[in-house]
Amino acid sequence: MAEATLVNLDRKHKRNPGTALHLDWLDDVRVNLSAVERRTATLLTRRTVKKEWQAAWHLKAISCIDLTTLSGDDTAGRVRRLCAKARNPVSPEILEAIGFSGRTLHCGAVCVYHEMVPVAVEALTGTGIPVAAVSTGFPAGLSPLATRLAEIEASVAAGAAEIDIVINRGHVLTRNWQALYDEVRAFRAACGPAHMKAILGTGDLQTLRNVARASLVAMMAGADFIKTSTGKEGVNATLPVALVMARMIRDYRERTGIEIGFKPAGGISTAKVVTGFQILMKEELGNRWLQPDLFRIGASSLLGDLERQLSHFATGRYAAAHRQPLA
Amino acid sequence: MNIQEAFDRMDYGPAPESDGPAREWIARHGPKLRHFIDGGWQAPKSRKWFESVNPADGKTLCEIADGGQKDVDAAVAAARAAQGAWAKLSGHRRARHLYALARMVQRHSRLLAVLESIDNGKPIRETRDIDVPLVARHFYHHAGWAQLAASEFPGHGPLGVVGQIIPWNFPLLMLAWKVAPALAAGNTVVLKPAEFTSLTALAFAEFAHAAGLPAGVLNVVTGGGETGEAIVRHGDVDKIAFTGSTEIGRRIRALTAGSGKHLTLELGGKSPFIVFDDADLDGAVEGIVDAIWFNQGQVCCAGSRLLVQEGIAERLIARLRARMDTLRVGAPLDKSIDIGAIVAPVQLARIRKLVEIGRAEGAEMYQPEGAAPREGCFYPPTLFTNVHPASTIAREEIFGPVLVTMTFRTPDEAVALANNTAYGLAASVWSENVNLTLDVAPKLKCGVVWINSTNQFDAAAGFGGYRESGYGREGGREGMYEYLAPVWAHKLPPVAAPAIAPATGEASVSAVETIDRTAKLYVGGKQARPDSGYSRRVFAPDGRPVGEVGEGNRKDIRNAVEVARKAGGWSSATAHNRAQVLYYMAENLDARTNEFARRIMAQTGASLARARREVTAATTRLFTYAAWADKYDGAVHSAPVRDVTLAMNEPLGVIGIACPDEAPLLGFLSLAAPAIAMGNRVVAIPSPSAPLAATDFYQVLDTSDLPGGVLNIVTGDRNGLATVLAEHDDVEAVWYFGDAEGSAAVERASTGNLKRTWVNNGRARDWYNPEQAEGHEFLRQATQVKNIWVPYGE
Repeated sequence: MAEATLVNLDRKHKRNPGTALHLDWLDDVRVNLSAVERRTATLLTRRTVKKEWQAAWHLKAISCIDLTTLSGDDTAGRVRRLCAKARNPVSPEILEAIGFSGRTLHCGAVCVYHEMVPVAVEALTGTGIPVAAVSTGFPAGLSPLATRLAEIEASVAAGAAEIDIVINRGHVLTRNWQALYDEVRAFRAACGPAHMKAILGTGDLQTLRNVARASLVAMMAGADFIKTSTGKEGVNATLPVALVMARMIRDYRERTGIEIGFKPAGGISTAKVVTGFQILMKEELGNRWLQPDLFRIGASSLLGDLERQLSHFATGRYAAAHRQPLA
Repeated sequence: MNIQEAFDRMDYGPAPESDGPAREWIARHGPKLRHFIDGGWQAPKSRKWFESVNPADGKTLCEIADGGQKDVDAAVAAARAAQGAWAKLSGHRRARHLYALARMVQRHSRLLAVLESIDNGKPIRETRDIDVPLVARHFYHHAGWAQLAASEFPGHGPLGVVGQIIPWNFPLLMLAWKVAPALAAGNTVVLKPAEFTSLTALAFAEFAHAAGLPAGVLNVVTGGGETGEAIVRHGDVDKIAFTGSTEIGRRIRALTAGSGKHLTLELGGKSPFIVFDDADLDGAVEGIVDAIWFNQGQVCCAGSRLLVQEGIAERLIARLRARMDTLRVGAPLDKSIDIGAIVAPVQLARIRKLVEIGRAEGAEMYQPEGAAPREGCFYPPTLFTNVHPASTIAREEIFGPVLVTMTFRTPDEAVALANNTAYGLAASVWSENVNLTLDVAPKLKCGVVWINSTNQFDAAAGFGGYRESGYGREGGREGMYEYLAPVWAHKLPPVAAPAIAPATGEASVSAVETIDRTAKLYVGGKQARPDSGYSRRVFAPDGRPVGEVGEGNRKDIRNAVEVARKAGGWSSATAHNRAQVLYYMAENLDARTNEFARRIMAQTGASLARARREVTAATTRLFTYAAWADKYDGAVHSAPVRDVTLAMNEPLGVIGIACPDEAPLLGFLSLAAPAIAMGNRVVAIPSPSAPLAATDFYQVLDTSDLPGGVLNIVTGDRNGLATVLAEHDDVEAVWYFGDAEGSAAVERASTGNLKRTWVNNGRARDWYNPEQAEGHEFLRQATQVKNIWVPYGE
C-alpha cells in the first residue's frame, strides 16, 4: 500500500499562472455518468476510518474548513463570533482528552461577503487564518464585468487573502469557452496576490461533462482552486461532481505540473459526508489533497457535527449540541 | 497509534469486522461439521473428515464431513422422497418458501458475509455488499417465478432430483443461482459445495430448514471430487448443474453421456475487456479494477484480457499502474481491503506458475511495491504488457489477480482478438460512442456483454456462456427452463427399429424406365459426390430396393461444416429475409406434394393418404418457422440499475442434425427449419432408412433462394456421421434423434469443444403433434441468449 507518505503541513500551495486556452484539451474530455456513480458509490464502501484514525481525520477536516457565513442578516457581531470559532474550533477539554492539545488547530479560512471582510481581518489578526471573500456578483455572477472586477479589487484592498469568484454559467451552457476563459483570466489578474477560487456552480451546469470542461477552462485561466458551488444552487457539492473535478485537477497536473486545490461547498454538514470527500481526495489525488493548502471545505454547520463526534470519541458518550460553543 | 501521528500520516488504519458470531456458529456445530440431509445434521457414513482452512492465516476453522457413496445415496433418497410433495405444492406455496429464504438471508446477512469471508478469503466488503445482497435478490426473483410457474410455463413440470456442484469462488451466490430456480420449478436438490468452502452452504441449509423449508428439499453433502462424482453418477438423479472448471465440466459431460440426465455447465473464461480510444479512461480504469481485482481475480467472467486501442494504450496503462498502487491487499475482514486472500495454497501456486511462464515468455510485469502481506495466501495485483495472442498467459485462465494487455488498431481487430479464445463467457466494451458499442456487442462470442461497465449481475438477466464456457443459463426466464421439462417428455415411447436394416453396396438399382437420378450429397448449395465413392441402397419395408444415396464419410462432414461456417451471411441476414426463403421453400414443396408423397410411400410403406399427410404437415411446419423467423424476439430486462439490459436471441452458428426415422420428411424439416429460421447453418444427416425424402429436397432448396451452405445434407451411417459432427471443434451444437446408443455417442463425443447437444435418448416424438414437434423448445434449442448491459445517463 503506497500511502503513508508524510506530508509537510507548512508546504504552501504554489500559485497557478494558468496557460493559454487549449480547446483540444476540452475535446479529450470523456465522462461516463454511470461509471462515475459506480466509483463514488463504492468509494465509501471500500474505505472507512475507525477510532483514532477517524478522530484524526475529523481534526484534519476541521483544519480544511472555510468557515462560512453568507447571509443577508450577517452583522459584525455574528462574524466576530464565527472568527472566534475558527480560531478555536474544538474545545480544549476535548483536545486534551484525545491527546491533541499540544498542536495548533484552526479552520482553513473564514469566508464572508465583502462587507464583512474588515471585521473578519481584524478578528483574525495574528492567527494566520486567511479571510476569503466571495466576489464577482456572487452567487449568480451576472453583474457588469467592470463591477465584478472592482469588487475583487475592493476585497483584496480590504485584506482578503482569498477570493472566491463565480463563473458565468451561461458561457458553459453555450460552450463559449473563450468568453469564459477571458473573464476568469481577468478575475485572476484583479486578484493580484490573493489566491483565487473559481466557483463553477455545478448544480447549474447539469452534466458532468460540462463540469469537467468548465474545470479545465477555469484552471487554464489561472484558478488556484476550483470549487463546486455557491451553496445557493439547487444541487451543491456531490461526490460525482467532486470526482470529476478531482480527475480534471489530475489531468491539469499531468499536462502542466501545476497542483490545483479543490473546494467542495454546500450541503456538507455531517462528519460522515465530509469523510467521504476526504476519502475521495486521498484515493483520486493522494494525501497532498487532504491538506488545507490544496483542500478546503465550504461549510458552516459541519464544524458542530465534527466536534460532536470528537466529543464522543473523547468521552465514549454521545454528545449534545447545546454543550458545544456556538459558531 | 496516537492521534497526532494519525493526523500527520492520514492513513486509513485498521477497520476489522468481528468474526466472533461466525466462529460461535462454527463452534456450536463443530468442531466437526456434518452433512445436512433430510432436514438434519448427519454424520458421514464414510466416517471421513477433512479440514477447512482460513486462507488468510492458514489456520484450521473446523473439520468437514467427507461424503462417500452412502452419504450421497442418503441425500438422493431424501430428495427423492421429498420431491413429490414439493412439486405438488401450489406455485404460491413454493413462492412463500422462496420468499422466506430471501428474508432468511437478509436476517442472517452479516453472519453469512463473515462466514464466507473467513472460509474463502474474499474481502468482507464484497461478501457484505455484493455476494449476500445478490443471494437475497436471487431468492426474491425466483419466489416470483414459483408464483408464476403455472401461468408462465404451462405444460411444464420439474425434472425431479437435481444434483448441483458448485465452486469455491462465490460459494453462497452459486448456491443461490443453483438452488433458487431448482426449488422454484418444483425440483429437490442435492448440493455439494466446493471442498474449500462448505461453511455458508451448511449454514444456509440449517437456516432454510429453520425457515420452514421441508426436510429433504435441500440436502447438502460436503466433500471433494469423489463426492461430486458419486452425485454425477447416481442413477436416481435427473439433472446435473455444475459450475467450475472446463476440465471438470468435460469429465461430467463424459460421465453423464447416455444417462438421460439433463446437464448445464457454467465453466471457465478468458474474457476480453475492450477499451476504445473514445472511452472515459478513468471510468475504464475503475472498470478494470472491478473486472480483474474483484474477488482476487478468481471469477469465471473476470475481464482478464485487456484489449486497448493502440493510440491510448500508453496513457491507459500509466493510469492503471497508478491506480494499482492504491489497491489495498490484506486481511479480508478489514473493511478497507480491496484484495483479500487467494482461496488456497494450491491456487496460489498455480497463479505463481503461470506468472512465471508469462515472464519467461517475455511479457513485462508490473506489481505495486510491497502490495501483498508476506504471510498468508496473498498475491499482489499484477499487470502484464508486451503480451501476444500466442502467449500462454493470454490463452490460459489464470483465475487470479493477473491482467494481460494487448493492443488493437480497429474495431474489427478488437473483435477478432476478443473472439480468439476457446471460451465465451463475458466481455466488457468501453466507448462513449453508443453506435460503436452496439455494433461490437453482437459480434462478440459470449453470453454477457457489459457496455461501459463490468461484472454486473442480476437475477432477472440470464448468465451463461458460449463455446467452452459451457451451456445453460442461470437467472431469468431462460434459467427457469433449465429446471423444467414438458410433462409429456417423460412419457415418450422408444423409437421403433426400422423394418429393414439398410445395407450398403456398389450394386445400383437403376430403373430402366426412368433416367437414373441417384442422389449425391448436398454441400454448399450443390450436389457433391461422396468422398468414399460408394453408395448405399435404400429399401422399402418389403426389402425391395427403391433407390440409392451417397455414402457420406468424415471428409464429407468436414467439407459440409466448412461451407456452413463460411455461410455466415445467413446469420446476419434480416429475419424478414429468412422468413421469405422459408415461405418459398414451403411453396415449392407444396407444388410437389404428390411426388414427395410417393417417395415416402415407397420408402416407408405408408398409405398414400398418410404420406400426403406427412408432406402437408412438412409444408405447414415450414410456414410455422417462416412465421417465427421474425417473431422470436429477445427481451429488455429490468435490472436494478439505470440501464437497459438487452437479452438477444442469437443463432448458435453451425448445427449438426441427425434426423429421425419416424416421419422422414417431416422430422427432417421439423428440425432443420427452426435452426435455419433462427439464422443457423445446418449439416443434416437424413434418416438412414428413408433418406430419399431429404435428397429429393435438394431441388426444392435449389429453387428457393436459400444461400449455398446454409443447409447441407450428408447421407450415410447416421450414428457414425453424427459422432464425427459431435467431435468437430467447429460445430456449435448437435441435435440427435436416432437411437439410444447414438444419443450416448453424441453426448460423449461432444466434450472436445463442449458443444451443446440435444438428443432424444432413443425416444420417439410425435412429429405430427405440434405440442411435441414445434415451437418454443425448438427455438430455444436453436438460439443462445446474449445479455447486453447498456447503462445510460448524461
